[in-house]
Amino acid sequence: MTRVRILRNDGSKQWWQEYDVEPRKGSTVLDLLLNIRETHDHTLAFRHSCQMGSCGSCGMVINGKPSLACQTRIADLKSEPLFNDTIRIEPLYSYPVIKDLVVDLDDFVNKHKSIKPYIIRKNPEELEEAPMEFRVTPAENLNFIQFDYCIMCGLCVAACPTVSLDPQFTGPQALAQAYRYIADPRDEGFNERQSILDTSHGVWRCHFAGSCSYVCPKGVDPAKAIQLLKREILKRKFVRGKAGASVAVVVQPEKSISNAPKAPPLDFKMEADQHE
Amino acid sequence: MEQLDYDVIIVGSGLAGLRTAIEILRRDNGRLGIKVALISKLYLMRSHSVSAEGGTSAVLYPEEGDSFELYAWDTIKGSDFLADQDAVWRFVHLATQEIRLIERWGVPWNRREDGRIEQRWFGGLSFPRATYAQDKTGFFEMRTLYDTLLKYDNWDRFDEHFVTSLVLDGNKFVGFNTIDLKTGNMRFFRGKAGIIATGGNGQMYRITSTASSSTGDGYGIAYNAGIPLKDMEFVQFHPTGLVPKGLLITEAARGEGAYLKNADGERFMKKYAPSKMELAPRDIVSRSIMTEIREGRGVKDEATGIQHVWLDMTHLGKEKIEQKLPFIREMGFKYVGIDIVNEPMPVRPTTHYEMGGINTDIDGKVQSLSGPIKGLWAAGEAACVSIQGSNRLGSNGTNECLVYGYIVGNDVYNYILKENPPMPNIPAGKLEQEQDRIFSGILGKESGGEDVYQIKDELKDTMEKYVHVYRTAEELETAVKKVKELKNRYKDIRLTDRGHTFNYNLQHALELGFLLDQAEITAFGALMRTESRGAHARLDYPKRDDEHWLKHTLAVKGADGPSFSYIPVRITMWKPVARVY
Repeated sequence: MTRVRILRNDGSKQWWQEYDVEPRKGSTVLDLLLNIRETHDHTLAFRHSCQMGSCGSCGMVINGKPSLACQTRIADLKSEPLFNDTIRIEPLYSYPVIKDLVVDLDDFVNKHKSIKPYIIRKNPEELEEAPMEFRVTPAENLNFIQFDYCIMCGLCVAACPTVSLDPQFTGPQALAQAYRYIADPRDEGFNERQSILDTSHGVWRCHFAGSCSYVCPKGVDPAKAIQLLKREILKRKFVRGKAGASVAVVVQPEKSISNAPKAPPLDFKMEADQHE
Repeated sequence: MEQLDYDVIIVGSGLAGLRTAIEILRRDNGRLGIKVALISKLYLMRSHSVSAEGGTSAVLYPEEGDSFELYAWDTIKGSDFLADQDAVWRFVHLATQEIRLIERWGVPWNRREDGRIEQRWFGGLSFPRATYAQDKTGFFEMRTLYDTLLKYDNWDRFDEHFVTSLVLDGNKFVGFNTIDLKTGNMRFFRGKAGIIATGGNGQMYRITSTASSSTGDGYGIAYNAGIPLKDMEFVQFHPTGLVPKGLLITEAARGEGAYLKNADGERFMKKYAPSKMELAPRDIVSRSIMTEIREGRGVKDEATGIQHVWLDMTHLGKEKIEQKLPFIREMGFKYVGIDIVNEPMPVRPTTHYEMGGINTDIDGKVQSLSGPIKGLWAAGEAACVSIQGSNRLGSNGTNECLVYGYIVGNDVYNYILKENPPMPNIPAGKLEQEQDRIFSGILGKESGGEDVYQIKDELKDTMEKYVHVYRTAEELETAVKKVKELKNRYKDIRLTDRGHTFNYNLQHALELGFLLDQAEITAFGALMRTESRGAHARLDYPKRDDEHWLKHTLAVKGADGPSFSYIPVRITMWKPVARVY
């Protein structure tokens, strides 16, 4: 048997509640919570969905560490040196709690939106029609793809000591996303974002505790992104001529020869451009 | 009940829902000032589309030998000739622009050395046209569409609103009833146009790659409103679900060269699809694995007793795995404690995709038995156009969401532009009736003793056991009977959670109601279809029967279960031939 202690909340009060459950081989914390809800207590509220670490729903604090329940195996918790036979589960820190493990994410998603998380082009028409792709080399992809792994689970914000002291701080998730777009060779929106980022509640508030990167379940490394963002801002301010990523150009296809198979001849005559 | 008016209401925030929203907003660009409501029972960005892994097919390199004809042929042959060919022809043409458009919006497609978009092999393809971003293609597509949507102002998000019913006035769309999960209050959304993009229903099954949110809500509200569901007996089993839960191990693993091996270490696909081997379409690979298991060449998982085969990637090398399959490696570490660089993965077929869905025409307009429902569309897995016929090819799901998001978005925009429809009137008593059904009929009900989760458990076991890859009349009859029994018991459910804030007990009860109906339609439709076609394999009727069954199934809700009728398949390019790989 494993004892699970959950910090519950009904909107007016909070209390610790304990459940004893039997984990199976390979069980995760999410498995235990589902088991508790389905067989012990139907009123327990927590979010979950994909069960494979992609959707970002099941963030919670497990034995003191912000974690995804679906990716936290009981066996791994038990092998930690300070494990004392109880799994302790709390709602994510720094967010208002709505019920049990369900927290309010409105501020989180608004901060993400505030940094203009989309490709910006000087000529916006280029985003409306795409006869061909932009050319981006595999090496250029590597400049930003790691920061594009963000599943918006919010763990980094729960772990960040600065967020807990300055609620206006843009926060590790949104800042990492700002860098993701700025480092993308297709983006030309640095200037539009600078006034949001280059402030005392923006990048300069981060004092590089690094806890965001420690808890990130997808290896995004927001702490690194924020330092790169600081460098980028300084570079563009003080080092003329070295600023910015290369801007992607539209490719021209090249002719080459093929030996791919052909579709069988049509049995019915089609009108030209029937459905194009 | 609170009432909100919007020009357009989109239910579902996966790829199809987001793409539809963007298309309407960018075409309008403030001209008509169309106001869009985007409703999701999850938080936006949590939809199951994020779990799509391997790729999105499109013709990008005609100069290297790919063609629209070849892509259409692959799709139609893959569908075992149940796809509507005029729809497929249009679909393959539109996929190309979708890939390039979302490239400009930020999708980090894998690239060739010269910076052009890279593609790879997928099952049932005659050309490597699966366009991919590592093995998280659906995730990156979702991120890009979600972020791009944030550029626009003229829409409101309604996260965590559960849709309980669709309201029609005769053959006209009126709106959706929802429960705001945060407050527990009901809200009615009224609109000129509605779009159902709620995905599939894999949660009918025990072993499934689908998220716990895939409970067929869109099918359910349509069916309850009298709209036919098409071809629901065609459930796709993805060949490689990770044992024990069935989490998705992408087909791209085999696209990159992984082997399937039985207990004897034999690459058994050589017996079933000698030319395509591991890259045969999903229905064929799933049947091959189940045959190996049935004939005693499976491997038994020690912890659970589940029979499986091996997916072996050890010959691919660490570098290739890190570049092209990093997520699969992560899943190996996190869920089974192995490194796929050195060890094979235990896999077996897992419920993955519903080929069927809400009956629509080629533009995604919802069709009842007596003609179109004015102002209502469906897109993505929720819809059945039919592009996928009786078996979807891998890499054809995400692009149906994108292409139909584009098609439906345009169609909705043109409808509002040209017809300037007024806000519909709400039929008298409809909202009060729904409020009574939910609050007095389910939430506040004091009688009965059946438990939601107990019934759901039995449903999953029933479907897993009797409505699986291989089917027989006897098993399907057992399933129909059992589901009927569960439906009866469902009338006696009683909730333990009587609260209003995030009452998941209530949400799960409503979802279960949808799933029970769909299980019945699936099992019953499969029993009726006395042939084997695509994902529907009957041991007692092992051959495809074009003379009697080259037709789509339509299931409409009757007084005592579904009633079935059939409509022809549109054959405009190729006559059906034997399907050999």
